[in-house]
Amino acid sequence: MTAALRFDPIRLPPKCEELRKEVRAFLAEEMARGTFNPFKPNREDTDVPEFSRRVGERGWIGITWPKKYGGHERSFLERYVVTEEMRVANAPTRRFFVADRQSGPVLLKYAPEHIKMDILPRICRGELCFAIGMSEPNSGSDLFAAKTRATRTDGGYLINGTKIWTSSAHIADYMIAIFRTSQPTKENRRHGLTQFLVKMKQPGIEVNPIGQITGQYEFNEVVFTDYFIPDDHVLGEVDGAWKQATSELAYERSGPERFLETYYVLTELVRAVGNDPDTRSAEGIGRLVAQLHTMRRMSVSVAGMLQAGKEPVVEASIVKDIGTVWEQQLPHRVRDLAAFVEETASNRETLERQLDFAIKTAPKLTIQGGTTEVLRGIIARGLGLR
Amino acid sequence: MAESDNIVVETAEKIFADLADPQTINNDKKDAWKAPLWRALSEAGLPLAWVPDDLGGSGASLADGFALLNAAGRFAIAVPLAETMLAGWLLAQAKIASPEGEMTVLPANPKDRITLNPDGSLSGRVRGVPFAKAAKHFAVLAHGKDGASIALVDAGKAKVEAGLNVGYDNSDVVTLDKVAPITIKPAPKHLDQTMMMLMGGVARSLQIAGALESMLDISVRYSNERVAFEKKISKFQAVQHNLAKLAGESAAALAAATSAADAIASATAFNDEVYLEAASAKIRCAEAAEKGGAIAHQVHGAIGFTIEHILHRYSLRALAWRDDFGSESYWAVELGKLVAARGADELWPLVASR
Ligand SMILES: Cc1cc2nc3c(=O)[nH]c(=O)nc-3n(C[C@H](O)[C@H](O)[C@H](O)COP(=O)(O)OP(=O)(O)OC[C@H]3O[C@@H](n4cnc5c(N)ncnc54)[C@H](O)[C@@H]3O)c2cc1C
Repeated sequence: MTAALRFDPIRLPPKCEELRKEVRAFLAEEMARGTFNPFKPNREDTDVPEFSRRVGERGWIGITWPKKYGGHERSFLERYVVTEEMRVANAPTRRFFVADRQSGPVLLKYAPEHIKMDILPRICRGELCFAIGMSEPNSGSDLFAAKTRATRTDGGYLINGTKIWTSSAHIADYMIAIFRTSQPTKENRRHGLTQFLVKMKQPGIEVNPIGQITGQYEFNEVVFTDYFIPDDHVLGEVDGAWKQATSELAYERSGPERFLETYYVLTELVRAVGNDPDTRSAEGIGRLVAQLHTMRRMSVSVAGMLQAGKEPVVEASIVKDIGTVWEQQLPHRVRDLAAFVEETASNRETLERQLDFAIKTAPKLTIQGGTTEVLRGIIARGLGLR
Repeated sequence: MAESDNIVVETAEKIFADLADPQTINNDKKDAWKAPLWRALSEAGLPLAWVPDDLGGSGASLADGFALLNAAGRFAIAVPLAETMLAGWLLAQAKIASPEGEMTVLPANPKDRITLNPDGSLSGRVRGVPFAKAAKHFAVLAHGKDGASIALVDAGKAKVEAGLNVGYDNSDVVTLDKVAPITIKPAPKHLDQTMMMLMGGVARSLQIAGALESMLDISVRYSNERVAFEKKISKFQAVQHNLAKLAGESAAALAAATSAADAIASATAFNDEVYLEAASAKIRCAEAAEKGGAIAHQVHGAIGFTIEHILHRYSLRALAWRDDFGSESYWAVELGKLVAARGADELWPLVASR
């Protein structure tokens, strides 16, 4: 029999509901003080340092990490609730989100103690922004084609080469990147890459913003010229980054951010159709809600697996595949249904503005964080096909 | 097959494996397997799983019964197990004892109605009733001028026009023409036709999810056996991606169905949150049956289109089950109306309610 895919109906414990209330109240306060406007997903202010610090003060960054590093030793399910409430409210989480989801956990696992003591508490306070340096001009899906070299030198490594599509590199304090420390072997073409902690805003590193089709600037080209990284900034095993990459994936791929990026158009559609919708609108909304609900159940279920100490790589890939395809289609479905919205709907303009942005956003959703094709390859492997 | 630590499910799986192996059933043109299977299920108390001891059943929990239906879906069994369970459950809501033998529940279509006449008899013509032809008794939800009632009816008193659904199982038209019920009692306040339909819908969702698990299973296996262009077809990326999508549909169906089952089993009231779970399960599982079933057939090529192959036992039933107790578009309209009536700002709190 094939891999039994279990998505047990994990329920969020009462603790989570209390936390959810706190997060909602906090977000309402932030909206009231004008920090962000939930109806404007296309705003320029996705990086708001003060917001980040206030989230840190509440103890909502690094929520699952050990207390000695500034964390709060709470559960993945609690982290889940914070993430989804922030996402649904369109809160400006850009500054801390990558560090919270991914970079922090990598440091926790692979950084030397003094670095953990230095950096993790600052992440938890919402002071640090991280970027992920995986992709290169000729290495996207095929990560193991990465060429940017890390050459041995006195007390560390010299880096030469270019990373690309690096989200937030222009505002980041640190990047966790993979560089080539030796050539792949015949037996293992994944061999030879090492993970490093890179301090941004140093000599030898140049960040060039790249415009996106939405009109925003969020990802960048990052060029390294004889950039020095000291030995204690090596993360994990030299030449063994490939072994470290897979466990990161379950964290990166199953969260609510993988199906909620365009969610706001659904809320606005419901607002626009009013309390007594025509049959066609009702059916459209009903289906979208059923699909959303199902994905969320799957995603919560994966959070429960993470909490139980499992590494649900296949399950997480399934959530990301279905989730991103859904969030990509959502604006198109809403646009189609919005054709029936009355001229007089009070939020008509908001909905149209949001649709315009969401439709422009949609193409990237099934590319960032691993393409649909790559995810299906991982699922196929899990099914025993490769 | 998923390992089970549930005694009810284990018992059922053993019976299914012994007496309802899909291959054996498929080769048996005379349906000789049906009687022994039903006997074994009845002896194990499974058809009346949801009926308390004092009403003639085996008093299993709602959760165990739902898990049993998921297992039944994995074997795509074609005896009225789900129907008898639902009928027993419905009767038990009004404290009516269940008789032995096959039962089914009516109506099975949200638009149909059975009327309780002033003289205490029942009338109505309802369609798409699963296994009505095989049933000895009907559990009926009827409407009179004082509200809903639950009745036990002798199937022999009704007119049953046999029909077949796309899965080749009986799906019949039942006409009650002033039929006197064996027993009739008022339905408890919270129980209405919507709730009954959603209960049936969740049962079907679990069966669909089970059938999809099996379709995934046999499709993966087949792709690792079939050779084309000198390779196993499992080595073609296009086939792998199709199977990955099937895995996604199967997983989505299972997640939606088990979550809804759990929501009902642990509910204290049939509120909007439970409604969301149950309606969503039926909608999403029906979509998964369509998308997943198509892929399973694609992977099998022509062989899967033959009546000799077991694939159709799962694929056609999963497709047929979409129509029982309300189709996906029916529930989508209803769910959409509910969401709209609550208002835009209440959508997320509803979705994030558990
Ligand atoms: C908005 C956005 C933000 C991003 N942020 C970051 C970031 O912060 N850090 C970072 O490192 N990267 C980031 N990326 C890069 C992202 O991870 C890559 O774009 C992605 O991995 C795909 O690589 P590529 O763009 O080089 O496409 P390619 O790898 O060239 O792929 C092109 C097409 O070919 C398909 N393809 C490639 N290989 C296969 C195969 N083996 N089988 C089938 N199909 C295949 C792909 O699925 C895709 O459809 C970001 C991308 C986007 C869009």
